[in-house]
Formats: sequence, structure tokens, C-alpha cells
Amino acid sequence: MRKTKALALAALGTALTMGLAACGGTAGGGGNNTGAGNTAGTGTSAAKHNDGYTKVVNPSDAKGGTLKFAYSDEPDSMDPGNTYYAFNWNFTRLYARPLLTYAAAPGEAGLKLVPDLAEGLGEASEDGLTWTYKIKKGIKYDDGTEVKAADVKYAIARSNFTEELTDGPKYFAEYLDAGDYKGPYKDKNLDNFKGVETPDDYTVVFKLKKPFSEFDFLVANPQSAPVPQAKDTGLEYEKTVASTGPYKIESYEVGKQFNLVKNENWDPATDTTRKQLPDRIEVQMKQSGEDIDQRLLAGQVHVDLGGTGVQPAARAKIVADPKLKDSTDNPYTPFNRYAMMSTKVAPFDNIDCRKAVQYATDQVATQAPWGGPLGGDIGSTLMTPTTVGYQQYDLFPNGADNKGDLAKAKEHLAACGQPNGFETNIAVRGDRVKEVQVAEALQASLDRVGIKATIKKYPSGDWSAQYAGKPDFVHQNKLGIMIAGWGADWPSGFGFLSQIVDGRFIKPSGNYNMMELNDPAVNDLLDKGIQTTDPAERNKIWAEVDKKVMESAAFLPFVYEKTLIFRPSSLTNVYVHPAYGMYDYTWLGVQQ
Amino acid sequence: MVAFIVRRVIAAVLMLVIVSVATFAIFFLIPRALGQTPEGMASRYVGRDATPEAIQGAVKRLHLDDPLIVQYGRFAKGIVAGQDYSLGPRKAECPAPCFGFSFNNNQPVWPTLLDRLPATISLAIGAAVIWVVAGVSIGVISALKRGSALDRAAMTVALAGVSLPIYFTGLVSLALFAYTLGIFPGGGSYTPITTNPVMWFQALVLPWITLAFLYAALYARLTRAGMLETMGEDYIRTARAKGLKERTVVTKHALRATLTPILTIFGLDLGLLLGGAVLTESTFSIPGIGKLVIDAIRGNDLPVVLGVTLFAAFFIVLANLIVDILYAVVDPRVRLS
Repeated sequence: MRKTKALALAALGTALTMGLAACGGTAGGGGNNTGAGNTAGTGTSAAKHNDGYTKVVNPSDAKGGTLKFAYSDEPDSMDPGNTYYAFNWNFTRLYARPLLTYAAAPGEAGLKLVPDLAEGLGEASEDGLTWTYKIKKGIKYDDGTEVKAADVKYAIARSNFTEELTDGPKYFAEYLDAGDYKGPYKDKNLDNFKGVETPDDYTVVFKLKKPFSEFDFLVANPQSAPVPQAKDTGLEYEKTVASTGPYKIESYEVGKQFNLVKNENWDPATDTTRKQLPDRIEVQMKQSGEDIDQRLLAGQVHVDLGGTGVQPAARAKIVADPKLKDSTDNPYTPFNRYAMMSTKVAPFDNIDCRKAVQYATDQVATQAPWGGPLGGDIGSTLMTPTTVGYQQYDLFPNGADNKGDLAKAKEHLAACGQPNGFETNIAVRGDRVKEVQVAEALQASLDRVGIKATIKKYPSGDWSAQYAGKPDFVHQNKLGIMIAGWGADWPSGFGFLSQIVDGRFIKPSGNYNMMELNDPAVNDLLDKGIQTTDPAERNKIWAEVDKKVMESAAFLPFVYEKTLIFRPSSLTNVYVHPAYGMYDYTWLGVQQ
Repeated sequence: MVAFIVRRVIAAVLMLVIVSVATFAIFFLIPRALGQTPEGMASRYVGRDATPEAIQGAVKRLHLDDPLIVQYGRFAKGIVAGQDYSLGPRKAECPAPCFGFSFNNNQPVWPTLLDRLPATISLAIGAAVIWVVAGVSIGVISALKRGSALDRAAMTVALAGVSLPIYFTGLVSLALFAYTLGIFPGGGSYTPITTNPVMWFQALVLPWITLAFLYAALYARLTRAGMLETMGEDYIRTARAKGLKERTVVTKHALRATLTPILTIFGLDLGLLLGGAVLTESTFSIPGIGKLVIDAIRGNDLPVVLGVTLFAAFFIVLANLIVDILYAVVDPRVRLS
């Protein structure tokens, strides 16, 4: 799971029907700038709230200028092979081209995988154990040398099989049949890496341990961007990444400033998903979050790199001003915010006790800490509306006003042998203010039916390793309910569900299936789904898994998280890319 | 005199060693005593969902499984002799004084501190000039015009200055002067003096004034109180009786006596600020020592926190040392004691 946000499907329902197909998202824009009201900071006056969600706002092919990003922190790394930050999977595409990427379009069209470095999508063998990609000929690094298949192989080896590059995901290490390969820093001979083969300079063959029908999604992550072995400087490579994208790194002062300039060796004819409009791109890091919002509103900064939306103070100002609100978009993040009830902690080992909690919860109260409706829609499933395969349903409707069905809750309390309620503990990450407020709201909700919950706060740094993610600790401390959140790395049911519902992933530490639900039917469905090659069939299976887990009543959804992002009027070609849940950073331009 | 200075320098070095041991214990020993495992610490410095093997790799790479005494020994040795770190295909040299290697951004701490120091010095010295000139002047005028409307107004402003936190005055000044009136550039506009002196000056005016507002208020109140006390002394009456001009009485006799304790406090304040003006640097996004340490604390980047703590302690100890020496120069009795 990526650390902040990973992907988001553009509008379902109403938003989608508003004509995302006509958005012009894949075309090159309309030549001249069509935006109006170019006063910095007032936003695009012609555009309305959420326009960037369904179409390209302010389309333009005008070149020049400096695109300015600001970020309140610093990313784990600017090395495409060593980053798990969601915005960096979007941003690094400016200088790194993976084998595949997502189509440049708002709405559902943007979730389609398209070739990037590769000529086409992967070709799976009949047994599903090998995936072959042909890479385009003539793609060059910024120094003019040509990209070769061995560079892709090396990129996978360094990012997944070394002790030093620890920040990115390790999916390739998990799925590739690489034996006991030690990684390229310990074993310089790349021939010893058997998980990937390169029969010629333009063919990359991945060898898998077991069939994995969603392998194309894995190679769309930036770790498949090529790295020449001779240029790898390990942890310092983030300063000198060999660029294949429209920009190359000019300088990187870690934690301060990251500058990109145009890459003259990037050929737009080989690239259908990126533009090269600004002359320069500058990123300021470690900036005050509140100040970034002020600078955005004043037009001094174009984009908050994190893509997590404005802070509460700016949000209040924007909501109160219709003109400012027209310059914002409110997309879903990939995150579902929820609680899990441990099926191994009494009395939640009884399904009726779990159902009592489902019905007693005031979901309006648990929505409020996220910022009300602008912060997220009330949830009723595991998968979010932005996950392919999502189906809307509600097994535990808790009143027309979502404030709880107390009569039903009491019915289930009686059925579980606790008619007067019971005592339990709610575990929460104490340094996460919103989650603590959710725990308090839940505590108040449950108190209405006699369930007395005590809130136990734990540090987020060790949350997974030492506390809620450690079943022994959960049992010993009788943590009945744990407040958590989850977002997928790629927009499919498997990407979302596998880590949190597969009973075989219950680990002694670092466990995300805090329900400790180990249902063979669920596990079998996950196996069946990942071996199903037909996407439509596969999505049906993910929906089935979702429903089976909800039937256990151990998963208590709060909100499908949303965020409020501001688009200054000086920004061109702005749209929310559904795969990242934020603006497509490779399309942006600035007005002169 | 030489013996006195040598004694004080040795005491200062000992103090730094004690600070380093205490800081190391706070960040490494106490968490370990409270049950923190090396794996638990390492899990903060690897990606989410890291495998146990990846966490073990980080434990080894960061030497978190070594006994604490060994870890401290390595840290202390690094300051004296430097050390190497693995970056993957090659090693990175961290020459002495190596304050360690950042867990988060894989940079040696010492060059990072040196990189951040000019911004902190620029901020601290500029603000210091403003607050000393403004604070002392206002204090003197207030004392001489005691009870007047001017005195009351100055002291009311001073009270506000002492009471208002920098993150409030800073954000308000940015909103007003940078984003509404556009007189000064906004946050994040700090430019090194060597790159562009004009932009350096423009970007620092608001932070200087914001920081100086707090200190000037304090110094104005101190100066006023000192002046009022001094002006009542017998030797001031004597000076007046001798027929000296009032200006001479005030500047040469009263103010000089008042300034002695003010200068002592100034030395300590400046030393403290050179260790990082956390709030001002954070509010205005100035990449100085203070911003570095607050970010390191948020990111659990222990080597950086340790490095900055020692760095800040160095400046405070240095300021104390200078003050002690200056006392000895001014008052020979200090040496005897």
C-alpha cells in the first residue's frame, strides 16, 4: 500500500455521466489557452467545482515558464526504484518511463493501461508463468545512449533485491522466480538473476513463481523504469537518475529543492501520455503546509506536490467563497477509512456482537473528523468507488439518517448473549488526530446501547509492528476494535483486498488483516481471481470477496476518503488523473 | 588569565561530552529500555509493508542491533575520525567530524548542518541587530518618559510582543505583507546571500521583524527596568550635580551600567538562536538548523536530532564561554572566584 494516496477512479455515478468521455483528455489540448480570468490565485473563473475531475481544465499547448511545486515534507526518495509515495509514482514519470503506464485521461478512461517503454501490453504464456514485453527501439536516456532490455532487468534487480533500497514495494521479489538471488550489490553478475530474462536487447521476460493475471499492473509502477548498471550509485542515484522522460534532473538538494529541465533526447513520437510544456520544473520541499496553501491561493505556487489537498484553514476559506470553490476539485483518494473487529477477541468472536457494533455506529459522527462530506462519503463496503470491480451495497443499513439503528443493535446484543452491552477496547494511533476523533465518535455511538469502549492510544510508528498489527498483543490487551485505513497500489480488487482479507497473510507482526479472518472461501476466491485472465470475470470475483468479508461483520467502514485540491488559474492542462487521485503532473503547463 | 581560559575551555568540552551522552541515551537507551526493539526502530526507515528480511537488512545497515555502548562508541569515533557508510554499489565517506548518517535521507549529518547554518546565521544576526537597536532604544525612551502616553504605548506593544507566538505573528505578517499587499516575498523565498544579495535581504525582512518583535519587546522591558533603577542611583545624581549634560548622564553613565546584564542575556539569546530558530524557520520555510531539527524529530531521524542537539549545545556553551571570559576581563574578581 502506498503511503499517502495511490490511485483513484474518477467519478462514478453522477460525475461519470457528466460526460467524461468528451473531456478531450487524450488530445493535445486546444492550442491557445482557453482559460479565462487569469488573475493569479483566483482560479480558473470559467471552470466550475470538480471540472478537473471530468475534463481537462484550461487546455493549452503553450510552452515555456517554470512550473512550481511545493511540498510540506520530503519524499522517501526521488529514485523511481526506491519510492512508495503515491505522488512520486505520478511525479517520477516526468523523468522515468516504466514499461507500462496509465492512459492520460480523466475518468474511467485513465485507468486503462497503455504501453510506455514497452511496445504493447504484456503477453502471458499459457501457464501464466511468464510475461513478455517488447521495448520500443530508439528510446534514449538524457545522455543520448539507447535504452536496452538489460537496463529494465537491472532496475527490477536493484529495486527489489538489495538491502539498501528499502523504501519501495517488493512485489517483484514476491512474485518472480528468482531463487536465492542476492541482488546486484552483492552479486555483480546480472546473469545470476533468473527472475527476468533478456533474450535480446529489446525483449524482457518475467518468470513467475505462480500465475498472476494482474502482472501488467506491477510493471506500471516506476520500478520498471530502466537503470543502466554503470550509472547506479545506490542511495545517491536519486540525484542523478538517467532520464527517459521529457525532463531530466538539473539538481537535487535533498530535503530542500529539486529542479528539472527539459530532456532534449526525449522523443514525443514514442510517448503518448506526456507533454513537455514548462521550460523548468521546480520543487520546494519542507515548506510550511499552511503557507503552501496561502501561496497557492496567491498564485505563487502552482501545485501542492503531495496531492493530499488543502489544510483545514484554507478549506474553510474556500468553502465560504463560491469563486474559490470553483477552482477546486474533490476527488476520491484510494483510501477506505474503517475499523476492524478482531474475531479472536471476545465477545467479537460472536458475529452478533460484531453486528451490534455495525448497527449502533453513528456514521455521520464518524464521518465528521474527516471533514464531513467534502472529506469522504459514508462507506458500506471494503472496496472504494475508485476500485475497479466496486459494487455498491449495504448489508447493515443503520437508519435513513446513517446515525445508527439502535433497535437492531440491541436485537443483536441479545442474540450474542450480551443484552445489556459489554466492555471492549478501541485501539487507535494516538498521534493521528482524525483517527482519535473517530474513535471518540465510535465510543459515544456504542455507549448508546450499553457497549462501554475504552480508547487505547498507540504510536503510529510501531502500530503495525508492535501493537494492532501484532495478534499476540491484540489478544493480550483485548483490543476488540482497531481504527485503520487502506489504499491499494493498483486499481483492482486484488490490489485492494489481498493484504487485508487473505487469512494466509495473518502475520505475527506487521499484520494488516486485523480481523484475523481466515475464511477458506475468501482465500480460495482470491486464488481463483488472480488466475482468471478475463478482467470482467475477475472483477466479479473481487466483488464476491468484498461481500463475503462484509457478511462476517468484522469490517466496519467509515468513509471513502476524498480530498479538496486547488487549481490556480495560472495552471494549464489540469485534470485529476484517476490512477493517482491527483492532477496529472506530466500534463501541466503554466501561463506566461 | 590564560589558566582561567584553559579551565573554562576544558569545562566546555566536558559539557559537550555530557550533552552527547545524555542525548544519545534519550534517543537510543530510553526507547530500548521501554521495550523498543531494533526491528521496531528499523521499520520506520523502510517502506510500508516491508518484509522481515528488508527490516533485518535495515537493522544491519544502520547497526541498530549492536549494543548501545558500541553504537555510542561508533558515533563518538565518527566525530573524531570519520566513518564510511554503504550506499549500495559503493561506500560513502563521512569525514570527521562525522555526526552520523541520516536514517531518512541518506545524507551525512555534518555537511547537512553546514549547509543549513548560513540561513540560520542570516536570520539570527539580522534579527539581533533589529531587536537590540529597537528594544534598547524603546526601553531608554520609556524609562526617561516614564508614565507618559509614549511609555504606556511602548510597554503595551512590548507586552503584546512577548505574548504573541511567532507562528501567529509570522502567519499574519505573511498573509498581510506578502499575500495581500505584496510588499515582501512569501514563505519559502529564502535565497543565499552568495546567490542573490537583494533577494536574500527581501526574503529575510519579514522573518527578521517577526523574530525581532518578540525579542525587542523583552529587551525594551529589561532596558526600561534597568534604566529606571540606575537613574535613581547616587552616582547619577552626582553626575548631574557636576553639571554634566543630561545626554551624557544618560548615555555614558546610566545606559552603560544598564547594558551590562543586557549584553549577557544577548550573548545567550544569540547562542540559542544560532542553534536554530525553530518556529521562525518553520513558519517562513527557511532551510536553517531549526527547520532541520523539527523535521528530523517528526521523521524520527535520530542521527540528525543528535547532531543538531550537539551543534546547538556547542553554540550555547561557546556563548557562555565568551560571556565568562568577558566577565573576567571586566571584573578581575571573577578570576579569583
